[in-house]
Amino acid sequence: MNAEAKTGQGIGARVLRKEDARHLHGRGRFIADMKMAGLKEVAFLRSPVAHGLIRAVGKPAGAEGEVFTRADLARVKPIRSTIQLPTFNGSDQHPLACGKVRFVGEPVAMCVASGRAEAEDLAEQVTLDIDPLPAVVDARAARDDGAGPFLHDEWGSHLVLTTALDTGIDEVARTAPVKVTRSYHMARQVMNPLEGKAVLAYWDDLKGQLVVYTSTQVPHMIRTAIAEHLGLDQREVRVVAPDVGGGFGYKCVLQAEELCLAWLALTFRAPFRWTEDRREHLTSGANCREHVYEVTAYADTQGRLLGIDADITVDAGAYSVWPFTACLEGTMAARQLPGPYAFRAYRARTWTVATNKPSIVPYRGVARTGICFAMELTLDAVARAVGREPWQVRRENLIAAEAMPFTSPGGAVYDIGNYAGSLDMALGEIDVGAVRRRQAARQAGEPLVGVGFANFIEMTAHGTRAFALAGLPFVPGAEPAAVRLTPDGGLEVRVGVQSHGQGMETSLAQIAHEVLGIDVARIAVVHGDTELTPFSTGTYASRSITMAGGAVAEACDQLARRLAKAAAHLLQCAPEQVELSAGLFRGPSGDIAVSEVARIWYLKPELLTPQMSLESLEVTGMFRPKTDTGQYSYGTHGVVVAIDPATATLAIEDYVIVEDCGTRVNPLIVEGQTYGGAAQGIGTALLEEMPFDGAGQPLASTLADYLMPGAAEMPPIRLRHLEIPSPNTRFGIKGVGEGGAIPPPAAIFNAVNDALASAGVEVSATPLTPRRLFAAIAAWEAAQPGATPPVPAPRERAP
Amino acid sequence: MKPARFDYVRPRSVEDALARLASEPGAKLIAGGQSLGPMLNLRLARPSLLVDIGGLPELFQADAGADESFVGAGITHAMIEDRMVADGSAGFMPHVARTIAYRAVRNRGTIGGSIAHADPAADWLLALTALGADVIVARSTGERRIALPQFVIAAFTPALGESEMVLGFTFPSLSAGARFGHAKLARKLGKFADAAAAVIVDRPRGVCRIALGRPEGQPVLLPGLADQVAADGQPSPQDIAAALASALPELDAFERRILSGALGRALAQALMP
Ligand SMILES: Cc1cc2nc3c(=O)[nH]c(=O)nc-3n(C[C@H](O)[C@H](O)[C@H](O)COP(=O)(O)OP(=O)(O)OC[C@H]3O[C@@H](n4cnc5c(N)ncnc54)[C@H](O)[C@@H]3O)c2cc1C
Repeated sequence: MNAEAKTGQGIGARVLRKEDARHLHGRGRFIADMKMAGLKEVAFLRSPVAHGLIRAVGKPAGAEGEVFTRADLARVKPIRSTIQLPTFNGSDQHPLACGKVRFVGEPVAMCVASGRAEAEDLAEQVTLDIDPLPAVVDARAARDDGAGPFLHDEWGSHLVLTTALDTGIDEVARTAPVKVTRSYHMARQVMNPLEGKAVLAYWDDLKGQLVVYTSTQVPHMIRTAIAEHLGLDQREVRVVAPDVGGGFGYKCVLQAEELCLAWLALTFRAPFRWTEDRREHLTSGANCREHVYEVTAYADTQGRLLGIDADITVDAGAYSVWPFTACLEGTMAARQLPGPYAFRAYRARTWTVATNKPSIVPYRGVARTGICFAMELTLDAVARAVGREPWQVRRENLIAAEAMPFTSPGGAVYDIGNYAGSLDMALGEIDVGAVRRRQAARQAGEPLVGVGFANFIEMTAHGTRAFALAGLPFVPGAEPAAVRLTPDGGLEVRVGVQSHGQGMETSLAQIAHEVLGIDVARIAVVHGDTELTPFSTGTYASRSITMAGGAVAEACDQLARRLAKAAAHLLQCAPEQVELSAGLFRGPSGDIAVSEVARIWYLKPELLTPQMSLESLEVTGMFRPKTDTGQYSYGTHGVVVAIDPATATLAIEDYVIVEDCGTRVNPLIVEGQTYGGAAQGIGTALLEEMPFDGAGQPLASTLADYLMPGAAEMPPIRLRHLEIPSPNTRFGIKGVGEGGAIPPPAAIFNAVNDALASAGVEVSATPLTPRRLFAAIAAWEAAQPGATPPVPAPRERAP
Repeated sequence: MKPARFDYVRPRSVEDALARLASEPGAKLIAGGQSLGPMLNLRLARPSLLVDIGGLPELFQADAGADESFVGAGITHAMIEDRMVADGSAGFMPHVARTIAYRAVRNRGTIGGSIAHADPAADWLLALTALGADVIVARSTGERRIALPQFVIAAFTPALGESEMVLGFTFPSLSAGARFGHAKLARKLGKFADAAAAVIVDRPRGVCRIALGRPEGQPVLLPGLADQVAADGQPSPQDIAAALASALPELDAFERRILSGALGRALAQALMP
């Protein structure tokens, strides 16, 4: 039943986000906003070199008690994130560098002072004696290089992990009439949530607890990690995530700085805070995305895919992040690369390579932005090779709706979906024929227009088995939610996931409202505090609305059943005779509001049977989807671009998104997630890049050099929905958090390649900088009939 | 990313500010702080004393006389954008102001700070070069006037003595009938230009100036091309390429393309019938 019709607050209602009021009024409470008597600030001295042996770290005279190195933190265990795969090489990441530094920005010493500026003054005085080693910067080259020096000497190799799967590519390779080979490069990126990382830790004598406020997506995991790494009982650790200004995956892993701050508070029984600044964020924190693909597609003469052979190299940086390890990217890429396409022969080999760069962290869309890029650009190349429309070839290769559930050659099981329906909807929005006519009628001096499409799938609410198979330190189980009716008929909902921009304080309240009919304004969603919420692995991988949403519904159902008994008693009928709707229990001879039942249960128990008050109105519900293999959202992005050769600039003329995330709990929030994701994807396509020089120095240390998309860079996006409810979840919900960020680079590059197709010119490396675009334009121009050979320039630079 | 320790004063007059500068060798002026602020935070600038001239009334003067115009150094980009000060540039300066950074930066950033910072990619540097501006520099012994191209010695190196400051800029006023074109190619809104061009055609005054800006190297004037435009109107692509090649022979193919692209757009605007 849809509650919107009744109250406009339940599932499907465009309820304004409750959390926005405090943010819009500047009254949010982020860690940097907190005040506390005696609070000291921390600055880290970070390695200035990418690779080297630490000879000495010298504390400034007189400040020995304010500067700390690895030796001081003896009780803190190194972070060792492992995965049970035979080729995996594990590494120890020390909270402060130990013996060796492995990337520019690796914390070496921790400096404490009354303010951050003073702490930075101290850090400047610390002396650092490092013997530099050659830096490993190019993962693709290091992959085939058996020679050291290696980041982790004990490995005797650069490889964190290699995997291989092959469902029989050789056969297809021998016989396929069409073979297309391409290479692709996804640039290293930085996530840049508005709020960087921040940690404030203190000792609470009242409870005998180490309290760690940290800007995290996964408070319970961090609590477990801190307890384990500091040798504490978990009851001695409380982790709180107050307002968190975005995460995107950066905040779903344990960070060395979290352990450092926890150690300070535990050791000195006083409050300490570290607030990551943007330079730290850019140069030492949230690195992600860097993959190299070498893909060969085999097809028939119509472009029907017969097989895909993909070599995938992941530039993993220095260490394996806890708990997801550096392997998540490579394993996910191999498993998910086939995407929504129905071919059978598949070989995927992956190399996860350690480099002297910050550790790779799973970023919104984890690996799938890269594989979508590789797969969708390859499909367009196949279409051009067989001389057909890319959309047509794309459509014919899609898995049919009737074939669901479908096990992909990568081993993923797709639950439900109408992939061709999604593409058709996008085709209905973008007039490909009109683009073709403009291309044919183009006059010299006019822009080059092109149209591109990309299909994607988004694995949401991953199940237990997928994680257990990977042997990760943390495997999500069923998801809990605890609900508590208050004596005035309001509701508290406690969840172990964390909301940091997803609007769950609203959407989870809508789900509770859907079941109980309590006004959304009277439902408080409590999250982000290990003391107040049930254990959960937290918010990541587009899981929260499906998992926690299901659990809230489950808990509310149980609560409703208990209330129904009391209501039936009060209405003098049998429990089966009462029906709950819009917050009212209706019986054969009258009705009673949920709030009245609550009041009586808590304050007038004499009106109920003694048995009834033994059933608490505080209920924990558990949820897991019917299938454990993930709930797949999917969709299509379609783009029209116009390239101006005169200025080497690109304009996005039209951008259409079609997606199916099942039942939309709050369409407004879904749209926000999609637009935000698409903005990040457009950033991936056109702007964002963290370059390194040959010595491993990061070359973008401020936002003047690392370009983020802003409002002005966003094209108007037309968003359309297919809404095919999942048969496996409560209300048919699927996740939607990551999808928007997956296909934009693929769709935009396909459109650019379409614009340049007449000359067979293709772009294949993100981001499409003006220099890279110009190189493609110049190649296109050189191929035009009557083109004069380009005037040789006195000085050419690499793009 | 917090500054090293510094002292801070807010002088009441230009004279007072100059005295402060002279009295302390490590002193530095701060106006809008939009360039100096980040440099302080990154500890690339470590003055012992900041002399805050933001809000000094003497630096807010502006005048659009029949022959000569003046813009005070303390005037913000936003004041120019909003036409809150007299404009002798026939709308050219308000147009350029709108393309600088973001509104939040424009609210504080000053034209004097922009030129004194001497970032070759600064939009005011290009615009004032195209206007043929001079810089008025104050020192304790009086004022001096220096042509803008001479003022910027090299990137981030203005021709300013230790205890001198910029008072403002003068330039020959444009007539009401003047036409201009301005194009800024940047990777995103609010970024410094990768390539920029300004074209001023003031037929009643017999003025035609064309200037190009880029991240490396100061703006350059293309007087030959300007003469040609004054005489014949729209130049051919070959003429543009030739002018570019002679003014900036060291450009690579990409730089040539975007500069000629920006110039083409600016010319088209200025010469629009
Ligand atoms: C995000 C961002 C984007 C930007 N984008 C652009 C852009 O697109 N185009 C562009 O042109 N600029 C851009 N800027 C720079 C901006 O325009 C600055 O405001 C300007 O360059 C400096 O002006 P200010 O008043 O802030 O100077 P300050 O930062 O206060 O000072 C800069 C320097 O000038 C000196 N100084 C200041 N006033 C005087 C004076 N009267 N006499 C002598 N010396 C003086 C200071 O000592 C200092 O060395 C951007 C800045 C930011 C933060």
